[in-house]
Amino acid sequence: MAIEVNGKSYETDEEGYLVSLGDWNEEVGKFLAQQESINLTDAHWEVINFLRDYYTEFQIAPAVRVLTKAIGKKLGADKGNSQYLYELFPYGPAKQACKIAGLPKPTGCV
Amino acid sequence: MLHIINKSPYDRPALDSVLKTGEGAILLIEDGVYAAVKGGAVEAKIKTALGKFKIYALTPDIDARGIADRVIDGVTQVDYAGFVDLVAENKTSQSWL
Amino acid sequence: MTTKQFMIVNRKAPYGTIYGWEALEVVLIAAAFEQDVSMAFLDDGVYQLKKGHQTKGIEIKAFEKTFGALEDYDVTKIYVDQESLTERGLTADDLTIAVEVLSRAEIGKRMEEQDIVLSF
Repeated sequence: MAIEVNGKSYETDEEGYLVSLGDWNEEVGKFLAQQESINLTDAHWEVINFLRDYYTEFQIAPAVRVLTKAIGKKLGADKGNSQYLYELFPYGPAKQACKIAGLPKPTGCV
Repeated sequence: MLHIINKSPYDRPALDSVLKTGEGAILLIEDGVYAAVKGGAVEAKIKTALGKFKIYALTPDIDARGIADRVIDGVTQVDYAGFVDLVAENKTSQSWL
Repeated sequence: MTTKQFMIVNRKAPYGTIYGWEALEVVLIAAAFEQDVSMAFLDDGVYQLKKGHQTKGIEIKAFEKTFGALEDYDVTKIYVDQESLTERGLTADDLTIAVEVLSRAEIGKRMEEQDIVLSF
């Protein structure tokens, strides 16, 4: 499967995750968000950038419990809770935010 | 003959088997490159073998395992092109699986 | 959720086989489900923790970095066999994360305490 953004084609898997991490850019992120019916705000970008940094550092997308805790540590306790993250990404912060961030599905996410 | 070993000497006896064949060239690849590391129990075996065998080890596999700074002196590092050259230079080669 | 004590035993070098990475995925999954997970590294498994993996040349993901995330997953019981380190000319300083170095007999005791032991 593939998506097309600005005339360029990007390969995705059967669940819509980008196959190649290096394909991602902000425009691709915006397109993937649109497909999830999410309007990206600064709050969304904060989480997306956090996930991309986490992946660069540890080579994995964190499970939701770990994401919540790590975000709380980095961005403040008001953001480090699942209610906040589910408001931004209603179908699961790990799943949906990872997809928009161009990361593979989190390990342990079923 | 070129003997290609891809198993760790601490896990499988392939290296010992090759050394018993007498002489020739050995290329260590994949987990086989652990035989080329200083400071371990296998070091003495390799140092003795260097009298009879030319020993090579594949650089990308050494780098991947974080052991580039402790390769035994006398072991020659080769890249993938060097791997091809070794196979071409030797009349026969054998992978000890 | 019932919590069980899991130990994942690692005896294989990284990259030559997929076992090391698969074991780490099992650890992350079990930890994500809030199980009590520990890891033991013996024999060639200790090589997984060796610092400084540069895997660009073999085009495989360097999962050495992922060990750094174990703390976020509350996996803090990481046991390494002293004998296996010594045999390979390694010390705890060569390892990418802080671990508990134990004798083989001590690791055996820890194994006895588990509900589930998975060997890779």
